[in-house]
Amino acid sequence: MPQSLDYLRETASQTAGPYVHIGLAPGAAGFQIFRRELGWDIAGPNAPGERIRVEGIVIDGTGSPVKDVLIEVWQADANGVHAHPEDQRRDQIADGFRGWGRVITDFETGLWGFDTVKPGPVAGRNGSRQAPHISLWIVARGINIGLHTRLYFDDEADANAADPVLNMIEHVNRRQTLVAARSVRDGKPVYRFDIRLQGDNETVFFDL
Amino acid sequence: MLRNDKPRPGEFFQRDRNLHPPQYTPIYKTSVARSPRYALLSLENTISEITGPVFGHNDIDPIDNDLIKNYAKTGDPIGERIIVHGRVLDESGRGVPNTLVEIWQANAGGRYRHKKDTYLAPIDPNFGGCGRTLTDENGFYFFRTVKPGAYPWRNYVNSWRPAHIHVSVFGTSFVQRLITQMYFEGDPLIKVCPIVNTIPDPKAIDQLIAPLDMNAAIPLDCLAYKFDIVLRGRRSTLFENRLEGN
Repeated sequence: MPQSLDYLRETASQTAGPYVHIGLAPGAAGFQIFRRELGWDIAGPNAPGERIRVEGIVIDGTGSPVKDVLIEVWQADANGVHAHPEDQRRDQIADGFRGWGRVITDFETGLWGFDTVKPGPVAGRNGSRQAPHISLWIVARGINIGLHTRLYFDDEADANAADPVLNMIEHVNRRQTLVAARSVRDGKPVYRFDIRLQGDNETVFFDL
Repeated sequence: MLRNDKPRPGEFFQRDRNLHPPQYTPIYKTSVARSPRYALLSLENTISEITGPVFGHNDIDPIDNDLIKNYAKTGDPIGERIIVHGRVLDESGRGVPNTLVEIWQANAGGRYRHKKDTYLAPIDPNFGGCGRTLTDENGFYFFRTVKPGAYPWRNYVNSWRPAHIHVSVFGTSFVQRLITQMYFEGDPLIKVCPIVNTIPDPKAIDQLIAPLDMNAAIPLDCLAYKFDIVLRGRRSTLFENRLEGN
């Protein structure tokens, strides 16, 4: 017998279920318990860059909006820096910028949305450069293991065309499922990003 | 490129999808219309993947991990008083320090304090059902709560969830992000639960069942269950790796 490797095995995922709001967004579940809920302020007041809103719905395989989703957001700041010890430029991050957020869908309409600053490009592998993007993680009743995807911006056409991840998507017609559409509402940029769990134009999800 | 004092670790171990539930699990009916049909696109880690949110003691309050007290209005909640404790580790066996663990659960009667839960068991006026804490420098965490009750749900007409606590963990990176459920040793409902049975690997199911831990129980006060959580491991930088940060 060879030696044992002795690695542990990752704990298995289970669905977040229909009451995920109690644990992760109790205010939405209808009661106040914590002095401070986490994840409602992604960028803080001081971060430089363009203030944007991102919104959309999540659509299931029947074409219906999913009304009990929770989405988490992770992004760099406008200069492409992550608020994380392994980012060597983290000291340049503005006070109050965490780059992480948590949003839920409206129970009636299924619409979700968050305010943030538009991220800058970040380094890729082997000297490449990644187009500005926001990482999303989607959990809900009926989703057994959180779904990872990315949101890109349609006004970054040149950067998107050179993005190593978008270019890895073999079916070119599916790349647009990761690109949010910019419009302006009340003078503020709004990016629309609908996520399709299944069916026509199913969003590209990642195994990271 | 700048160098840190010590070599930075490299990529995370590839996730073993054979121990996780697949996305499409017809025994859990809600998954049928909510599961992607195309294969996931496998990506090598970049700076976007090896980073993730950092939390600190400013984010939470000390009482947040005490579900017996954190919503008490007129007294303690009804139910079996329990401690849930354990360690957050990675697959290499290293503790994961200062990481956020969040839990939520039904009350002792199996009812959630949620506007969408209409089960006929009563709401407990003294129980909210959620808590959060940071692991200590060695990855240990604990909560105090009451044991949740089983409850029926509309999957098959007579489907019941075993007693369970939902657990959410972050780790150090967005790719370690995990939500799971903890079950209780000896519960006969575990083996007939469609959600448990979405997991194809019996050992992976066993790893979600917390044993009774009499050594951590407090005599004449409360019982204890031990639940260790394992997050994805990470390669050491034995040789120059090709992951470039910034």
